[in-house]
Amino acid sequence: MDALILQVLNGLDKGGAYALIALGLTLIFGTLGVVNFAHGALFMLGAFCSVSFAKLLTISERVRDESVTFFEAYKEVPYLEIWWGETGKSIVDWAVPLSLLLTVPVMLLVGVAMERGLIRFFYKRSHAEQILVTFGLAIVLQEIVKSFFGANPIPLAAPAALSGSADIGSLVGLHGISYPLWRMIYFVFSLGVIGAVFAFLQLTTFGMVVRAGMADRETVGLLGINIGRRFTVVFGIAAVVAGLAGSMYTPILSPNYHLGMDFLVLSFVVVVVGGMGSLGGAVVAGFLLGILQSFASMTQVKAIIPGIDQIIIYLVAVVILLALPRGLMGRRGVMEA
Amino acid sequence: MSIKLEWSRRRFLTTSAALGAGLAAPHVFVRNAWSQDKVFCNNPTGGTVTLGFNVPQSGPYADEGADELRAFQLAVKHLNGEGDGGMIPTFKPSSLKGNGILGKKVAFVTGDTQTKSDAARASAKRMVEADKAIMISGGSSSGVAVAVQSLCQDMGVIFMTGLTHSNDTTGKDKRRYGFRHFFNAYMSGVALGPVLAEEYGKDRKAYHLTADYTWGWTQEESMKNATEAQGWQTVQTVRTPLGAGDFSQYLTPVLNSGADVLILNHYGGDMVNSLRQAVTQFDMKSKQVNGKNFEIVVPLFSELMAEGAGAAAKGILGTANWDWKLDNAATKAFAKSFGTEYGRPPSQAAHTCYAQTLLYANAVEMAGTFYPPEVIKALEDFEFDGLGNGPTLYRGADHQCFKDVLVVRGKEEPANQFDLMEVVKIVPRDTVTYDASIFGGELGPAEVKGCAA
Amino acid sequence: MSTVTARPGPKRELLTLAIFALAILTMPIWLAPIGAGYPDILQKFAIFGIFAIGFNILFGFAGYLSFGHAAFLGAGSYAAVWAFKLFSLNAVFAIVFAIAVAGIFSLVIGYVSLRRSGIYFSILTLAFAQMSYNLAYSVLTPITNGETGLQLSGGDPRVLDRALFVTTSRLQPPDLFGIALQGWSGFYFCAVLLVIAFYVSMRIRHSAFGLTLLAIKSNQRRMGFTGFSAKPYLLTAFVISGMYAGLAGALLATTDPLAGADRMQWTASGEVVLMTILGGVGTLLGPVIGAALIKYLEQIFSSFNEALLHRTFDFLPGAADDVVTAIFAPFVGEGWQLTLGLMFMAIVIFLPGGIMEGVRRIAGASRRQRTGSSAAAREVGRRIPAE
Repeated sequence: MDALILQVLNGLDKGGAYALIALGLTLIFGTLGVVNFAHGALFMLGAFCSVSFAKLLTISERVRDESVTFFEAYKEVPYLEIWWGETGKSIVDWAVPLSLLLTVPVMLLVGVAMERGLIRFFYKRSHAEQILVTFGLAIVLQEIVKSFFGANPIPLAAPAALSGSADIGSLVGLHGISYPLWRMIYFVFSLGVIGAVFAFLQLTTFGMVVRAGMADRETVGLLGINIGRRFTVVFGIAAVVAGLAGSMYTPILSPNYHLGMDFLVLSFVVVVVGGMGSLGGAVVAGFLLGILQSFASMTQVKAIIPGIDQIIIYLVAVVILLALPRGLMGRRGVMEA
Repeated sequence: MSIKLEWSRRRFLTTSAALGAGLAAPHVFVRNAWSQDKVFCNNPTGGTVTLGFNVPQSGPYADEGADELRAFQLAVKHLNGEGDGGMIPTFKPSSLKGNGILGKKVAFVTGDTQTKSDAARASAKRMVEADKAIMISGGSSSGVAVAVQSLCQDMGVIFMTGLTHSNDTTGKDKRRYGFRHFFNAYMSGVALGPVLAEEYGKDRKAYHLTADYTWGWTQEESMKNATEAQGWQTVQTVRTPLGAGDFSQYLTPVLNSGADVLILNHYGGDMVNSLRQAVTQFDMKSKQVNGKNFEIVVPLFSELMAEGAGAAAKGILGTANWDWKLDNAATKAFAKSFGTEYGRPPSQAAHTCYAQTLLYANAVEMAGTFYPPEVIKALEDFEFDGLGNGPTLYRGADHQCFKDVLVVRGKEEPANQFDLMEVVKIVPRDTVTYDASIFGGELGPAEVKGCAA
Repeated sequence: MSTVTARPGPKRELLTLAIFALAILTMPIWLAPIGAGYPDILQKFAIFGIFAIGFNILFGFAGYLSFGHAAFLGAGSYAAVWAFKLFSLNAVFAIVFAIAVAGIFSLVIGYVSLRRSGIYFSILTLAFAQMSYNLAYSVLTPITNGETGLQLSGGDPRVLDRALFVTTSRLQPPDLFGIALQGWSGFYFCAVLLVIAFYVSMRIRHSAFGLTLLAIKSNQRRMGFTGFSAKPYLLTAFVISGMYAGLAGALLATTDPLAGADRMQWTASGEVVLMTILGGVGTLLGPVIGAALIKYLEQIFSSFNEALLHRTFDFLPGAADDVVTAIFAPFVGEGWQLTLGLMFMAIVIFLPGGIMEGVRRIAGASRRQRTGSSAAAREVGRRIPAE
């Protein structure tokens, strides 16, 4: 029982990340009709916004270590700590949550620049060409990150107050259920972002047009609504969502330049399992696959079907797509030809 | 000590044979005789000899590959008599002259293994076929090492492995043309076992998380045997998919399993992530199980991983092939040379690649020819010192180097940004030496048609 | 419309084939100046050319984008190595066996995946391939030898060879009735098969079957209304392209007897998609060019290092040499993937329709100059892209 609850929790934070990436991806699919293979790279860029922010905060005074003579070895003390003492220390400690201040504007900028500079020329092009150009862009983006930050994973820590694990079992009268705090925060955070995106789409006129556009792009275009500008904003939002997902994920997974590619395939599977053109489907599929992946990793399950944890995501995708022609909540005619 | 005796006898025989030849005819003449008589792959004809350095330049190990490349470039420089000579002056017995190899200037070509067998083999083939490389070296994973090694056997080109830690490289998949200076999983286990028992007690229950591929399995097996020999119990061994990234679903059951030690048979990104998640998120280092402090062990440690894991690596025990802070003349000379050139200390991957290049060059000088079967003979059972690991034997039976193994610990209070590991214990070579037959495998012939055919 | 062309005369076909064969077989000569005149890379050009030609039959002709074709490449490789191990070192047997295995494998996967279309189809194929890859890497290690890859060994049974008293030494590469298939002979072997593969693809394209595929691509729904069932045709195309992949996999194993799981990874499936799009989807020649270009970048650009750049530019005066080297350095060696990414973007931005579009434009321009009639060229330029 404890083990099951723990695996559900595991699935929730993983699912949160999947859902956030898939949400942006499906938003771009649905409204712009673009297959964005650079979406994983946006997730990665978000993570590196946090890395850059943490590096900025920890610009350090370098005290040379005299015992090492033939190259520069030094002990680093961040200027923030020197200037502001304990306050500075806690600012450095809270680098990851604070980095969202950088991630949001940077990712918005990246998203808008990408849409205006490249993607908009591909609305009318074939999906194959969209794949090629966005895949090329993804490679270029990750090579640029590699040239600045290297290929090694970079450790970023959650604030001390939020790291470690909490005994949440005792809240509901169960023993032995303690789970990492930051992962629970990530889950709540992902729910918050998902809620915000849905609220935006449901409650604003802008969102209404976007939803209408997802339902029937041609008609909305005929109504004389300037879709171009709205497309830019939608792409910006998708980029920010992916960036936020990456940013907050850094304490869970040390980011390296390849992070985006690792998530790319998975997020496509999530989107398609959820059903093309369905935002709700993407979210549900994200959590579903996250939780199933956790269950498949249990030793009891692996004892019955060896290697199941290696393939569970794909197996579920196959089963769902065969049972439900358009995924969980997909709509007829979207990306079927 | 039987190994040593046997060695001396064989060594004596070959040395005296070579000596006899040397007395009978001038050295130069012997060399020419070889190169005229024997047709072999990429026999260097002009004034230069080309070495091929095949390292990961893209993918997760790109940084390690970059460091290997730095070491190779430095080695080439030193072989050509440029720079401060690095470990050439400390290396004994040395036939290196600082004028290239057999008087030919050393040139090199580079390639990207991408840490994939196919890409690595394609790159190695290019070096042999297009660039006429006489020797291939480098790499950062066992899968690639084994793949390139068998290719080199087919092509008749000597392969001096880079970082590869699987028992298979010089065990099940050993080849006559492949040589490994780096240590292996078995040695890690033997070296680490007693230290673990000493530090954590003999009554311990271990839980293994293992990367689900050949290296991980040999590592798990070796660690299991070594710790059980100390009286530990193994509660469970769990395989994790390579590159899983998020290990939470594998970590959650650990604390409730009754185990009080977690052994992470992971490398690279897997290790960085699983270790960080275990320490910073699941808080394992501060837990108490069975009335003991919960401990985490990472059998194969490296500087880059310690850097990637950050604070989570502090206090973690593991093993290493070499460390730049070791207190011996050769290490100091190498660290100085590398540090002056690149402004940073060499990693253990860089060290092994540098050593391998020197060892190959020296073997050619000893053999007096580039003809691979003779070079192989010179390397087999070669006993040397002064490459940073103390007295070392290149065992002929499996082409594995035997030398001291370091037990290291992630440093609690680093004095500087490079000071990430401290050496806890130097486990002597005799302790980690094993019988070559335990892993099986077959070296294959020294005479192959190779690419000359 | 050039997408659906009438069948050209057999003379024209033979001429195309002859030019293609000549160009392929003389690659060692005309590719030498750009550093690609050595056997391994030319073998790769030919092998991945076959892979891409086969992939194009499904994607280019029928419009179905499979994201899992690497599974068939890998299956072919494993089958071929097992054939070498168990039966005979003769390449013919291994190739036939590999094509059969890949054919059966693709029949199963194709049958299931083709129940869906569009992106749902793509994800199904991707899922099957990723499952194959993950299992080959771990659980199926007894069959695939996991990370290390499946290799030949001295103790292999090779029952056929033994039965026919063909003496095989312990460690010996595969051969073709005694001709070792390494190095140049390996290349010519692959090249001949590439020419045959190209010819078959050309015949398919111009056959009634090929025209049906093109019709399915241009509008499946309309064809559905006429009571026409597309699935048998699609499944046939899928299996044919799977067999092409099996042949390519077998050749990989023949010229270099090792089969690794990496060959099945999604990146390998993605690579053949990129090769095809880069060269020109639906064109006969495009996939071959795309395959060669990507393999060239991967092999040659990654091998450049700064020392080599300095040597290349040493005809320039000292300072200029340094500047030019500094400019080029980020794009070669460890930066080769940056060049790859930039090339993808540049080609798709400036040449919708891939490299073959560029060739067509150049040809069109020269024809326009000659005949003065721009109408034909304009019609060619208006060719419908892949969808």
